[in-house]
Amino acid sequence: MLKRRVTIQDFAAEARLFNSRAIVAMLFVVVLFSVIVFNQYKLQVVLHQDYQTRSEGNRIKVVPLAPNRGLIFDRSGILLAENRPVFSLELIPEQISDMTATLAGLAELIELSPEQQDAFLKQVKAQRRFNSIALKEQLNDTEVAVLAVNQHRFPGVTVEARLSRHYPFGDLFTHAIGYIGKINTRELQQLEADGEAANYAASRDIGKIGLERYYQRELHGTMGYQEVEVNNRGRLIRVLRSVPAVSGRNIHLGLDVGLQLTAQQILQHQRGAIVAIDPRDGAVLAFYSNPGYDPNLFVHGISSANYNELLNSRDRPLINRVTQGTYPPASTIKPHLALLGLETNTITPATKIWDPGYFMLPNSDHRFRDHLRWGHGWVDIYMAVMKSCDTFFYEMGVKLGIDRISDYMSKMGFGEKTGIDIQEESSGIMPSRGWKRARHNQPWYPGDTVPLSIGQSYWTTTPLQLTVATAVVLNKGLLPTPHLVTAFSDETGTSPVEPALTRTIEVVDERNWDVVMDTMHRTVRDLGGTAHRAFLGTDYQAGGKTGTAQLAAIAQGAEYDAETIDERLRDNAMYIGYAPYDKPSIVITIALENAGGGGANAAPMARQILDYYFAAGVNRDE
Amino acid sequence: MNDQFTGNARHSRLAMFHIDTPLLLGLLALIGFGLMVLYSASGQNIAMMKGQLVRLGVALAVMIIFAQIKPQTLRRWSLPLFIAGLGLLVAVLMVGHVGKGAQRWLDLGFMKFQPSEIMKLAVPMAVAWFIASHSLPPRLWHLVAGFLMCAVPTVLISQQPDLGTSILIATAGVFVLFLSGMSWRLIAFVAGLVSAFLPILWLFLMRDYQRQRVLTFLNPESDPLGSGYHIIQSKIAIGSGGVEGKGYLHGTQSQLEFLPERHTDFIFAVLSEELGLMGVLLLLGLYLFIISRCLLIASRAQDNYGKLVAGSFTLTFFVYVFVNIGMVSGLLPVVGVPLPLVSFGGTSMVTLMAAFGVIMSVGTHKRMLAAP
Repeated sequence: MLKRRVTIQDFAAEARLFNSRAIVAMLFVVVLFSVIVFNQYKLQVVLHQDYQTRSEGNRIKVVPLAPNRGLIFDRSGILLAENRPVFSLELIPEQISDMTATLAGLAELIELSPEQQDAFLKQVKAQRRFNSIALKEQLNDTEVAVLAVNQHRFPGVTVEARLSRHYPFGDLFTHAIGYIGKINTRELQQLEADGEAANYAASRDIGKIGLERYYQRELHGTMGYQEVEVNNRGRLIRVLRSVPAVSGRNIHLGLDVGLQLTAQQILQHQRGAIVAIDPRDGAVLAFYSNPGYDPNLFVHGISSANYNELLNSRDRPLINRVTQGTYPPASTIKPHLALLGLETNTITPATKIWDPGYFMLPNSDHRFRDHLRWGHGWVDIYMAVMKSCDTFFYEMGVKLGIDRISDYMSKMGFGEKTGIDIQEESSGIMPSRGWKRARHNQPWYPGDTVPLSIGQSYWTTTPLQLTVATAVVLNKGLLPTPHLVTAFSDETGTSPVEPALTRTIEVVDERNWDVVMDTMHRTVRDLGGTAHRAFLGTDYQAGGKTGTAQLAAIAQGAEYDAETIDERLRDNAMYIGYAPYDKPSIVITIALENAGGGGANAAPMARQILDYYFAAGVNRDE
Repeated sequence: MNDQFTGNARHSRLAMFHIDTPLLLGLLALIGFGLMVLYSASGQNIAMMKGQLVRLGVALAVMIIFAQIKPQTLRRWSLPLFIAGLGLLVAVLMVGHVGKGAQRWLDLGFMKFQPSEIMKLAVPMAVAWFIASHSLPPRLWHLVAGFLMCAVPTVLISQQPDLGTSILIATAGVFVLFLSGMSWRLIAFVAGLVSAFLPILWLFLMRDYQRQRVLTFLNPESDPLGSGYHIIQSKIAIGSGGVEGKGYLHGTQSQLEFLPERHTDFIFAVLSEELGLMGVLLLLGLYLFIISRCLLIASRAQDNYGKLVAGSFTLTFFVYVFVNIGMVSGLLPVVGVPLPLVSFGGTSMVTLMAAFGVIMSVGTHKRMLAAP
């Protein structure tokens, strides 16, 4: 200071001015730093939780894990629906330096269509570079082997295994088990409506038909998930937490592979259905509709050519004849009607009528003909069932009247869905006054009751319904709800399905039921019974009833001639049967389309099924 | 002041090289801390760290060189440097190399060069030279001339367009005028003028992307995946850091790259996330120490030119710090300003250290005789 001689005053003032400005500036700096600190406090302390949550939301993604679908077994534990690894050729674009060369190289090893390559390249553009993209799916064993050997030549190329549904028996169980397919928009909406969509985040397939559809919820299982840390491009960094998926429950069927194979072999090209249940609990033992189709075609998406072929086939393979085929029951319902006649005292075991070969209503000259032109002569209930006398039933039916018939038969399950555990089911038709008024807007005429008494005219039933109705007779009024599934199982154990038996008919006199059982036994046992020839020499005692359903109206006085009539208008052959006679453990229905007489065509098939059933010991508790 | 001379002579050999020891230590601490944060922010990229070390070495060397130049020499070169800078700015507008959609670079063949960096030094130096050649406080016409000296390069740079740098350069010049003692009434008047100028800036001078930045700043959530993404992710990083941080190298926002520009403009968010409020306070403490030390040097400078230049450089340094942190933490719109001495980056660091060299020069070159 001392040395500043000249304008010392001036310098001091300038220095003070600058210093005051420097202090203001310093204050300014401190204030603004305080603003920063205050803002940091707000972000890092006050709002910390909020930002913490958002930060976690950024880095943590939940990856769903699909559960393995439950397996399906037959009654002896043979696998009917399994999950097989299928192999697909997958490429990770990020790891491939020259895509064109790689594709060309792969095309030399396995068959690659230009369409497959185009579809793949489209996916490459659409997806993230580090995602694995399928080039070809469902590789065969040779392709898998060739690719495995050459894999070292192609970095970024892998063969991936994924589980896929497979039905090893092909068309043998199609109509019972059904199949799965890719979830479509409608199904997705349904899942969302049911609040189940979240559980399907990793699932590609859903049961479309049959058991696969009915038990979709049980078979599907519970999705698992992985919490993974991802970076800003979505690439997986590490797995933070993993909750494994819970596999779907396995289902065990009452169906038997041997019975199914027998049914398939005996039907061959015959259109029709074979169904057998255990009358005691409703477990379905055999369930076969012919023709069938291969459900495996549907799993990976059926080609439209294949689908059209199935859809337009004259044999209608897509129809489930066991539960959707509606046939006139014909004479197979005679035992059921006989029971009604006895229980209502319309007839007694001693009642005899004269059969001249036809029946006429009072004040009418229309002749309702017996299948035996010359008539059966004097007939009682035993003869009427055993030889399938139509006139006896015409007369009894008219006496019973439509109301009692309709009411009683409904209690046996006719005209109602059986409630079997698949959704594809028709109810058939049990006609009544009300039904005719509603359907045809006509009153019920006595003339309508006559053919109804032999299971013709408006009356239609599904083979399964007929089986259940027969079981009601065998069970003395207890109606079993048929079920394909007999048990569920998972890691924790097996839980059987409780049989559902409903008393729908009150027994008036037990002896009436025994009489009806006896009539069916005689049909098989006694010479002259319509099923006698078919069951000659069995080492078990069976009962049954044949039926021949007339499809073409035959003019008064004309003859039915199978040779001249169109094949599709020929008679349906029907048969109901059960065994053993005294303690039935199986009740069976055979329905054959346009096959001719029931005794000649359907009864022998029932015999083969029952022979196998007893020989192979299907029912192990016997 | 006597004891200051003796003190300098006694306590440090560094004084012989015109190095201010406390400031050097402050800078080295900041640089060390910055390198540590950068190691994490770069994703532990060794190549990037080497690049940064080389650049820091060059920048420190430049600082030391500038510290050797006497303030009088600097003062003499102030105007020529300013005029040369203006020429280069014009050249850049005519033949400049287009980088990142803006003409900022001049390709000299062996290196690319950003003339606006020169102006960061040249503008305050030239204004200080002009103001300090008269007695303080400056008269009105001195101030008008000073403003013009700021305005011309500012307009030129804003045409590149580089709004951030142009405003910072204008600010550096204005700080000289403020420190020189322009009256508070005049300051209020200029502030009024500037606010009146803002609509003109918005309507005529700003480019679309610049307007977008401001709009995004005002409401970042309006465009969370577009231009608001930066600021949202940055605030998430800061907020989720909490008081203690997620741990060094363990910031999820930064390590998983949700945070954009994590090693450059947004490095402050990395620090906030991994080291928390504690780390932030340490950083702010270092800055505050450096700024205080520089202002002290300025106030002790022996002539007005030195005081004004050192003061202006210091305040500009502070503005860099504040603008960067303000932008990263959502207080200010996003303008491309790095965090001084911490962000990974090129020429601006060299310029900055040159400025610290000048400040050291001002603080260590004591004339035995006062100038008239």
